[in-house]
Amino acid sequence: MVVLKGYGMLRHSRTIMRTAHGRIIQRASKYRIVHDVDLYRMFRIENATQPDVRVFRTESARDGITMNSRGLRSQLKDSVPVAGLCPQGAYGIQDCLRSGFSSVKNELLPSHPLELSEKNFQPNKDKMNFSTLRNIQGLHAPLKLQMEYRAARQIQRLPFLPSSNLALDTLRGNDESIGFEDILCDPAQSEMMGEPHLMVEYNLGLL
Amino acid sequence: MALSNVLHAPAAGFNFDHAARNAELEGLFDAQIPKPVKTGTTIAGVVFKDGVVLGADTRATSSEIVADKMCSKIHYIAPNIYCCGAGTAADTEKTTELLSSNLTIFSLNSGRNPRVVMAVNILQEMLYRYHGQIGASLILGGVDCAGNHLYTVGPYGSVNTMPYLAMGSGDLAALGILEDGYKPDLELDKAKELVRAAIHAGVMNDLASGNNIDICVLTREGVDHIRPYQVSQYKDKRKTKYKYGAGTTAVLTEKVVPVKLEVVEETVQRMDTA
Repeated sequence: MVVLKGYGMLRHSRTIMRTAHGRIIQRASKYRIVHDVDLYRMFRIENATQPDVRVFRTESARDGITMNSRGLRSQLKDSVPVAGLCPQGAYGIQDCLRSGFSSVKNELLPSHPLELSEKNFQPNKDKMNFSTLRNIQGLHAPLKLQMEYRAARQIQRLPFLPSSNLALDTLRGNDESIGFEDILCDPAQSEMMGEPHLMVEYNLGLL
Repeated sequence: MALSNVLHAPAAGFNFDHAARNAELEGLFDAQIPKPVKTGTTIAGVVFKDGVVLGADTRATSSEIVADKMCSKIHYIAPNIYCCGAGTAADTEKTTELLSSNLTIFSLNSGRNPRVVMAVNILQEMLYRYHGQIGASLILGGVDCAGNHLYTVGPYGSVNTMPYLAMGSGDLAALGILEDGYKPDLELDKAKELVRAAIHAGVMNDLASGNNIDICVLTREGVDHIRPYQVSQYKDKRKTKYKYGAGTTAVLTEKVVPVKLEVVEETVQRMDTA
């Protein structure tokens, strides 16, 4: 597949992101970690299977618009969240009750070389496909497709139940292929079960 | 029991949670870590006049120990495509099974036999995605509407096509024989003999290849998977079953004593057949 550059659309979407949220993401060059107190929440909400939850974000001091207006490029994760250097609790400190005491030695551990590329694989693939499509057929084609993806992503069960993602799979073409994500670590057969109320609250951003 | 620290469902696919722990344990248990079973191996393939001949040895090793003496390295992909696998045994096994499943879905959807280039492309994308962490070097051979094909896919996703190929730890020995003996448009017997000689060179000169030699002949008419084609002369003579036929031991004398039974008590119980 030929990779064509689609700078026009991506730059456009990035500008939208900046004015809507008024927050600039900085990169710490030494650690390659994104410093932002609210980043944990952003990372959570970037998960593709979250439903739109505009109505419940009243506690936030910022404008309550959800993150869904971001382009695909901003959904790429450039690091695996490291708990010690970027504490993920409220007010920027380690949440001892949930994640235990923090220790820098425990947190600065090597991760697998494939971890980041696997996390970003789906967004990367989509980004490449959409930009190729945009160059071949014009802006309407990826816009319409992304609209369909947004709609399909909202067809979900409650967070603690496994969703079949049938519509999303059909749109992506995954219903006709089998990969490692169908064989290994099937979420329907996970041995750990989350507490339902906590999971729903976390999903809605109330936690 | 619901856990309160699990806040979203775990992602499907590969799980890297233990990468850090494994890195910590790296130097501690060197002697006791079980080594993965590799099909450290010799595999070869040759395109001949009417199709493709694939050959492989049958030894699987786990560092210095022979883990399997009759390992099957020629995997089924489609009725017209077979694949020899070298590298980590589990990786070759699972990758070829996934490929076979995907191609089966395709043929069910489209009603056609898959083409060899499709198999090669799927494999290449899958192996490149994992950047060599899946240690599978494969030789794919098949016959489809476009002719007879032979491809090799490396663990990092590289693809090569030649009329004769060899992979595995014994590939240099096998390639020597193939380079010397290959001619275009060979006959079936000569092609089988060439592949057998190539694998035999690998078996003789490489420690990680050995035991029997398997051959698989793919033609437009069908597939002939000969397992084993050549049996090793150092075959193990131990039996796995110890069942002896009648007459193994000679009968010296025979004495028949009938057992007399006396009737002690007799009761009649009516059965209800209504």
